[in-house]
Amino acid sequence: MATLSVCQPQLGGFSFENCKRNAVLEAEVTKLGCNIPAARKTGTTICGVVFKDGLVLGADTRATEGMIVADKNCSKIHYISPNIYCCGAGTAADTEMTTQIISSNLELHSLSTSRLPRVATANRMLKQMLFRYQGHIGAALVLGGVDCNGPHLYSIYPHGSTDKLPYVTMGSGSLAAMAVFEDRYKQDMEEEDAKRLVRDAIAAGIFNDLGSGSNIDLCVITKGRVDYLRPHDMVNKKGVRCVYELEALPHQ
Amino acid sequence: MNTRGLRSQLKDSVPVTGMGPQVGAYGVQDTLRSGFSSVKNELLPSHALELSEKNFQLNQDKMNFSTLRNIQGLHAPLKLQMEYRAARQIQRLPFLQSSHLALDTLKGNDESISFEDILNDPAQSEMMGEPHVMVEYKLGMM
Repeated sequence: MATLSVCQPQLGGFSFENCKRNAVLEAEVTKLGCNIPAARKTGTTICGVVFKDGLVLGADTRATEGMIVADKNCSKIHYISPNIYCCGAGTAADTEMTTQIISSNLELHSLSTSRLPRVATANRMLKQMLFRYQGHIGAALVLGGVDCNGPHLYSIYPHGSTDKLPYVTMGSGSLAAMAVFEDRYKQDMEEEDAKRLVRDAIAAGIFNDLGSGSNIDLCVITKGRVDYLRPHDMVNKKGVRCVYELEALPHQ
Repeated sequence: MNTRGLRSQLKDSVPVTGMGPQVGAYGVQDTLRSGFSSVKNELLPSHALELSEKNFQLNQDKMNFSTLRNIQGLHAPLKLQMEYRAARQIQRLPFLQSSHLALDTLKGNDESISFEDILNDPAQSEMMGEPHVMVEYKLGMM
């Protein structure tokens, strides 16, 4: 180990020592015409919807690295607590670490209060952490769970703003999924209807967005029961050719 | 966030530490201990978050103490700061790892995990502090 004269003990957390070196390296590399390696993004469709007794979260399973599919079957619905799950879009490592840190904090919090954690607690912890880092942590999340006050669904943006809504979509395929929701969402749906709606919304994202693909994962959370359906539906099976029959237009 | 606490804090801005030149014993840059100096390195932070992260704990404490002062009166932050000062003195020598158990319990850090606990763990740092230099720095003999 190198011995340097360090006057004060090191602190933990983020270290910005290499930022200037990285900036210089990036300038050199772009001068030569190459690109620095990009972080792996999830380029995603994630969504959630509240129904009569609980809520359904859905996500696709493709992770991209620039123009290449890095992971054909990655899991985007992360565990936060036994009654709270969170879908993550954006930089894959950021969503992974953020949800793990909040999950640990919620576990410590619930041990200290001896109560089941609330979704509002997880929401506030996430938004305070994301605001502290001013959007440099690229994690867009859909947080949902059922606690003592009923089902709650939040969407959390990378800069730290949150929305509490009955149906939310995030990610690059969010517009396609939101179109399906806006058309068919009704209040107080049954569980099967809600699952079908989320499946169709994610399928819309998968077929219309390059950044989303592969399978559809669902997570149904109700009071006392969590169904983690992975995979719920495999719409793009590898090696299987999908043949669609186009309806012929009627001749005049 | 509590706006009243922030308003009372706006008068005294947090001094930017670590961004100014590090002066040694004779009023100039101590090249032997802190290396060559460069104006560009010292004027600008290398990342947008560098300054805010360096002072984050300090700013949080200031905000919490001023809120506490507005709600409960001057005695509350005074007592707490006295306890922090007492707990901060229970430490090993600077080049050894101290657990800061009392300080963490007082601040409530024993019930939370953040990036300070996961990334860049000081117990696994690659640079070893030279014992004589660190003790001299702590005692102010440098």
